[in-house]
Amino acid sequence: MNGATNNKVLTLDTLNPNVVKMEYAVRGPIVARAGEIEKELKEGVPKQFTKVVKANIGDCHATGQKPLTFLRQVLAMVTYPELLNSRDFPEDTKNRARRLLEGCRGGSIGSYSDSPGIAVIRQDIAQYISDRDGVPSASDDVYLCAGASAGIKSVLTMLLTGKGGTDKAGIMIPVPQYPLYSATLAEYDAYPIRYYLNEENHWSLDVSELKRSINEAKPNCRPKAIVIINPGNPTGQVLTRENIQSIIKFAKEEKLFILADEVYQHNIYADGSQFFSFKKVLKEMGDEYSSMELASFMSASKGFMGECGYRGGYSEIINLDPAVRLQYNKSISANLCPPVSGQAVIDCIVNPPKPGEPSYELFLKEKTKVLDLLLQKAKLVTKTFNSIEGIKCNEVQGAMYAFPQIFLPPRAIEEAKKQNKTPDSFYCFQLLEETGICTVPGSGFGEKEGTYHFRTTILPPIEELEAVLQKFKEFHIRFLQKYQ
Amino acid sequence: MSVRGKVLSVENMNPFVKNMEYAVRGPIVIRAGEIEQELSKGLKKNFTDVIRANIGDCHATGQKPLTFLRQVAAICTYPDVLLKDPNFPSDAKDRAQRILDGCGGKSIGAYSDSSGVRVIREDIARYITERDGQASDPDDIFLSTGASDGIKIIMKLLMTGQPGKERAGVMIPIPQYPLYTATIAEYNAYPIGYYLNEDKNWALDVNELKRSIDEAKPNCKPRAIVIINPGNPTGQVLTKENIQDVIKFAKEQNLFIMADEVYQHNVYAKGSEFFSFKKILTEMGPEYNNMELASFMSTSKGYMGECGFRGGYCEVINLDPAVRAMLLKSISAKLCSSISGQAVMGVVVNPPKPGEPSYDIFQKEKSTVLGQLAEKATMVTETFNSIEGITCNEVQGAMYAFPQIKLPQKLLEAAKAKGQAPDAFYCFNLLEETGICVVPGSGFGQVEGTYHFRTTILPPVEKLREMLGRFKDFHLKFMAKYS
Repeated sequence: MNGATNNKVLTLDTLNPNVVKMEYAVRGPIVARAGEIEKELKEGVPKQFTKVVKANIGDCHATGQKPLTFLRQVLAMVTYPELLNSRDFPEDTKNRARRLLEGCRGGSIGSYSDSPGIAVIRQDIAQYISDRDGVPSASDDVYLCAGASAGIKSVLTMLLTGKGGTDKAGIMIPVPQYPLYSATLAEYDAYPIRYYLNEENHWSLDVSELKRSINEAKPNCRPKAIVIINPGNPTGQVLTRENIQSIIKFAKEEKLFILADEVYQHNIYADGSQFFSFKKVLKEMGDEYSSMELASFMSASKGFMGECGYRGGYSEIINLDPAVRLQYNKSISANLCPPVSGQAVIDCIVNPPKPGEPSYELFLKEKTKVLDLLLQKAKLVTKTFNSIEGIKCNEVQGAMYAFPQIFLPPRAIEEAKKQNKTPDSFYCFQLLEETGICTVPGSGFGEKEGTYHFRTTILPPIEELEAVLQKFKEFHIRFLQKYQ
Repeated sequence: MSVRGKVLSVENMNPFVKNMEYAVRGPIVIRAGEIEQELSKGLKKNFTDVIRANIGDCHATGQKPLTFLRQVAAICTYPDVLLKDPNFPSDAKDRAQRILDGCGGKSIGAYSDSSGVRVIREDIARYITERDGQASDPDDIFLSTGASDGIKIIMKLLMTGQPGKERAGVMIPIPQYPLYTATIAEYNAYPIGYYLNEDKNWALDVNELKRSIDEAKPNCKPRAIVIINPGNPTGQVLTKENIQDVIKFAKEQNLFIMADEVYQHNVYAKGSEFFSFKKILTEMGPEYNNMELASFMSTSKGYMGECGFRGGYCEVINLDPAVRAMLLKSISAKLCSSISGQAVMGVVVNPPKPGEPSYDIFQKEKSTVLGQLAEKATMVTETFNSIEGITCNEVQGAMYAFPQIKLPQKLLEAAKAKGQAPDAFYCFNLLEETGICVVPGSGFGQVEGTYHFRTTILPPVEKLREMLGRFKDFHLKFMAKYS
């Protein structure tokens, strides 16, 4: 028998231990509590606030951002091709829709596509990458996926060793990191090799730190890969070209597969910051480096599109051993294919209206508006946090989040301990209960021991954001006074 | 060190990925793709088109989507304009508005809760309740990226995290839809294969269930049993009694039941009726009705054929509450399944009602699809049974036929010489000679010494007739060659 008192097959004792281990703070306990509070508000329970501000997750539409018209027009037509006869849709959207439908078996987005995705979309992605980088891209290297998350997991799966103990695959991940990585490594029973980003230097990656972390890990695992998130999540830094080169050199020396999470490539705000893809920099470093294995990830969920719900994404995986590529292709086949509607969304992103096309002006206007607002919000948030005593926030150079450091008084830390919470969880839960603002404690992303942070998005509408930041400031001052 | 300085080589990559196979998109399908390329380049062959009868993809072979379903999905996509468009019926607009109201920022571009949009889960619960006459709770339901995703999620919970004899054992039918063997290989679980009885219309015999689990016990920790009903590739629709037997067996052996019911709308044979495992289990009273059961449904099959939307749901009942919390946690890092796929599922479980504007067209379109599938099921069964050397159990449901082919000794030897499974040898020859792409039975599993292949019944009636004609010619010639 399973020894379960209630005769269940599945109990906490018998459940997959890796599932028990894994955590994903972005949808963790504090978010569950925020959901309860929303219910309480609906039921009329009186609180010091009238609504919960969900600043925990990078979900643009949820906070009121509008989808791009062009994109939704194309999607509507591939969904219901009758609309191709409508006079309400501009010619360029119809051409895009027809082209996509021709790429589908039976002319329907209800057919399965090939497992790596629809051929014309893969070609369009390769073209987009080539145009962006000035370096050619092959459509056979391109794979559509159900959000970047699914692509990332499928590549990590390949790297596992199938063995336990010190023979486990070791994967280098930044601290702090977007917790998909720590969750996946726990799920897969792989070994996380944590390298600390340098908060004092704009969250840069220092090669000496990369070396320290891998050397410490080597007795415990087989290092296989390094994950870089650029622009960073939660940290928002945009890596310089030199920093990217130094990472590539390190990966070459240590024989590591590079995973470059570049989903925020359209979200660059700071003066002097520019997005360089790992692919571009790698290729420009010449023969010694240009044949290194590299997987780069992109998503429909971020940028100026915010189409999280479509689960659109792609990876470009270069320089795989041909026999390994066949195995990878096989590994994704049993899932059939990523959602075709999400594939169509990706196509609209990599193949947007061109100058002269009917939709161009409106598209550009809408895109610019979203990105301008994000830039404004990034600046506002950075500035506000740095104006508050006891808080320090690195510049939000890119992505959609701020990750300020909070200096907590010793009494607060003690109280947190008593309540069995990490200090920043303790802080964030109080913030939620008193103001309705839901953020994610820094401990959910990883941080240097003895430092405390939280991640907030910069996504609420700008009118609300100022009010939210004000409420936050008042809470913080109260908190400091309370635990002085 | 690895090949030519690579980090990843076949030697050092994940060995479990190497073990996995998925025949439905395997080597024969790759070859079919090459042949299509050759044809488009003008290469001369005995045929002018490849007929892809390897995969249950309805729209690919010309089936039309349901109008109402696509209208709702389109309105959800572009609501600002289409909610005001007079060409769309009011019931489609109402459905769309209901879904949009359940989405963040009223946009299907927002993430939903990880278990899916709440109103859609409520609609699913209502659908299940009406279908079974047994109450269903929206909190027992999660939406997934196709049923395949839900199946893998549940399977993952069942793993022990231990190697060797401590691995989780999962009972699977032989023949089975190879998602199961592929996932078991990927997760390094232990497959406990139980043979379906070909002589009894592919029934599940309890004796065989016992035999398989007893044989497996020294080698693993049996945790679960998978049943596919209606069956894939076998098409059988289980009787109520057969389902009860399986449930009793699962109770005795303390197994988690996984009921793959994606073909629940595809029941053709007279006397066959779909009973959900949930319904039967609940009706069997207190001794059984608290057993853990996960039931899976998809938008890809039925009369909808919306494979590309990757819509699916899982209803999982009687989980230990702490385990339920872990399940929700385990699906959170992927955020959620495609909202457009969830919306499609929302329409499948909440179709137009009598009196609503779209009802008549919807019923007509649905009946047309199901009527044609029934016709094709009969045509295929009859044709195969009329050919010497081929026997085919009645296609009672689902979308496939799985005929048995008697292969002459000489052919077996020729296949061996080529290093191919005999039915793979047969199917590759079929493909090269006729352009018909089916999947060898060895990709699904079968009793040793028997040979089969799986074909879909999906091409349009006329095309199917033509295909069966081509097939018959090939078979007679090919058998003559090796007699």
